[in-house]
Amino acid sequence: MIDALYGAIESGLIYAIMALGVYISFRILDFPDLTVDGSFVTGGAVAAVMIVGGSNPLIATLSGALAGMIAGFLTGILHTKGNINPLLAGILMMIALYSINLRIMGQPNIPMLNEVTVFTTLSSWLTGLDNVLIKPFELLGIAAYAPSTFYVLTSMFIIILIVKKLLDFFLRTEAGITLRATGDNQSMVRSFSTNTNLYIVLGMGLSNMLVALSGAMVVQYNGFADVNLGVGMIIIGLASVIIGEVLFGKDKIVRMTLAVVLGSIAYRIIYSLALQIDFLEASDMKLITALIVISALVVPNWLDKNKAKREFKKSKKLALKRQQGKEVQHASVK
Amino acid sequence: MLQLNNIHKTFYPNTPDERRALQNVSQELNSGDFVTIIGSNGAGKSTLLNMLAGSLLPDEGEVWIDGKNVTALPEEKRAKFIGRVFQNPLTGTAPGMTIEENMMISLGRTNRRSVWKGITKKTREQFREHLSTLEIGLENRLNSKVGLLSGGERQALSLLMATFTEPKILLLDEHTAALDPSKESLIINLTKDLVEKQQLTTVMVTHQMDQALELGNRLWMMDEGEIIFEADDENKQDLTVPDLLKEFENVRGKRMASDRALLAK
Ligand SMILES: Nc1ncnc2c1ncn2[C@@H]1O[C@H](COP(=O)(O)OP(=O)(O)O)[C@@H](O)[C@H]1O
Ligand SMILES: [Mg+2]
Repeated sequence: MIDALYGAIESGLIYAIMALGVYISFRILDFPDLTVDGSFVTGGAVAAVMIVGGSNPLIATLSGALAGMIAGFLTGILHTKGNINPLLAGILMMIALYSINLRIMGQPNIPMLNEVTVFTTLSSWLTGLDNVLIKPFELLGIAAYAPSTFYVLTSMFIIILIVKKLLDFFLRTEAGITLRATGDNQSMVRSFSTNTNLYIVLGMGLSNMLVALSGAMVVQYNGFADVNLGVGMIIIGLASVIIGEVLFGKDKIVRMTLAVVLGSIAYRIIYSLALQIDFLEASDMKLITALIVISALVVPNWLDKNKAKREFKKSKKLALKRQQGKEVQHASVK
Repeated sequence: MLQLNNIHKTFYPNTPDERRALQNVSQELNSGDFVTIIGSNGAGKSTLLNMLAGSLLPDEGEVWIDGKNVTALPEEKRAKFIGRVFQNPLTGTAPGMTIEENMMISLGRTNRRSVWKGITKKTREQFREHLSTLEIGLENRLNSKVGLLSGGERQALSLLMATFTEPKILLLDEHTAALDPSKESLIINLTKDLVEKQQLTTVMVTHQMDQALELGNRLWMMDEGEIIFEADDENKQDLTVPDLLKEFENVRGKRMASDRALLAK
């Protein structure tokens, strides 16, 4: 149970990079980008093939991210230059990437069990970390509740911190502000002589770069790459973004990126809790994820409408009362 | 400075829906001229402004700005030297961004965007200074989301954003029409101040004749795609609202008479 919790936090942190990518496309650019299901695997495929081929895992991971960025650029170009609607552009790219990913991998599944990965590299840099970090747990007498190893948690924590800080920094530069404004009011940005198409393409590249980076980390964490790893990834990303917004969201960019990371962890915890229920199986998770997203989209609307209805009824009642009051007055005058 | 040569624009030509939005419009503005345009709905006022801004291409004719033929120059490029404010206060600003971030976007007209630098202290001071000229306290709310501002405040910000990088031409299309009367006079006064201070060449469409008379040194009256009446400097100063109404009736009457003549044939 306790291991499941730490596992959830670990994968929450890894998938958070993907969720940040989805946040950029869906929320910042207002571009519902389905490339994600494909580019996530592209990142994993490139990293896996390079690692199995003996490359340095850091370089393999970054190459995976770059491959995803190119996919994102292409989706952006399909939309801006090809005038294809965002949903369709993303779906086309996703389908195309399925074949491309198979080409990259050469087979549907690449095992990478005893390979040197980012995680093994980082833990070799951090040797002795477990012995140090277990100390507080021992002092408190709760060593049984400590994670079996701190390496993955620590490496992921460091990586996500770097990614979040870089993203926060970029989104507040002049280019980052322009990117956000493009999603907010494109025609206004264009009216100040700015090439908004360029920003959309750049933003889609950035978004899918993060998605692919996450995919590259996931295959190393899982110990295998699979061509179907990305199925439904967009919905998981969206669920993380929405859960994050609902639970931890605030206006400021710095707070929003934090909320997305926490939302991703929260999603993974919900996931592992759901798996504890005997009745549910791992394959049901896609359904549950879809239900989470649907309710997160529908419930707030529904609450608003109900509130409006109640207020309407109230105002009608008030008006009625007032009228009755007037009639009473009239009667008494007579 | 600004020249329109024989501009024609027809929407849906050769169909039952054909609309002659502009017919044979030729005009010239000198640097610093401020022209107000009045005319009934559908007269072609917005179409004329779209021509100047490059959002529409003329079927015939040329647009010259500062000695250059810009007829084929796309809107985005022309925006480098043309500032614009629309009727809807939601058009000219990004609601989810802060006031200073919106101001940053308007700098795009003159500056390249940096990937390393955010809004610096110096730029922020500059923004604050410009915003304080509006005298509505926006300089103290640099980090407020623009979506939280009232329509009048948003329009004042749009106006400032359209002008503070000193464009060659300012285009205003009924930019006070969506505001309530008190806000309307605020924006009109701001317009007057900003244009005067920078000696901006300005084209302003308005639905209010008194505004059209009060502001600017020139006036055009449009109807059915034509400029049917114009007044410059001294002529304009003596002009009154009844004069304008009479002028309008006059042309309308002639039109109706000729229509009747056509029907009678
Ligand atoms: N984009 C367009 N497509 C088709 N018809 C248009 C378009 N823009 C304007 N028109 C037509 O052109 C004429 C002039 O419109 P417009 O310039 O908007 O008038 P105004 O601003 O003076 O009210 C109207 O008959 C209008 O219906
Ligand atoms: Mg109009």
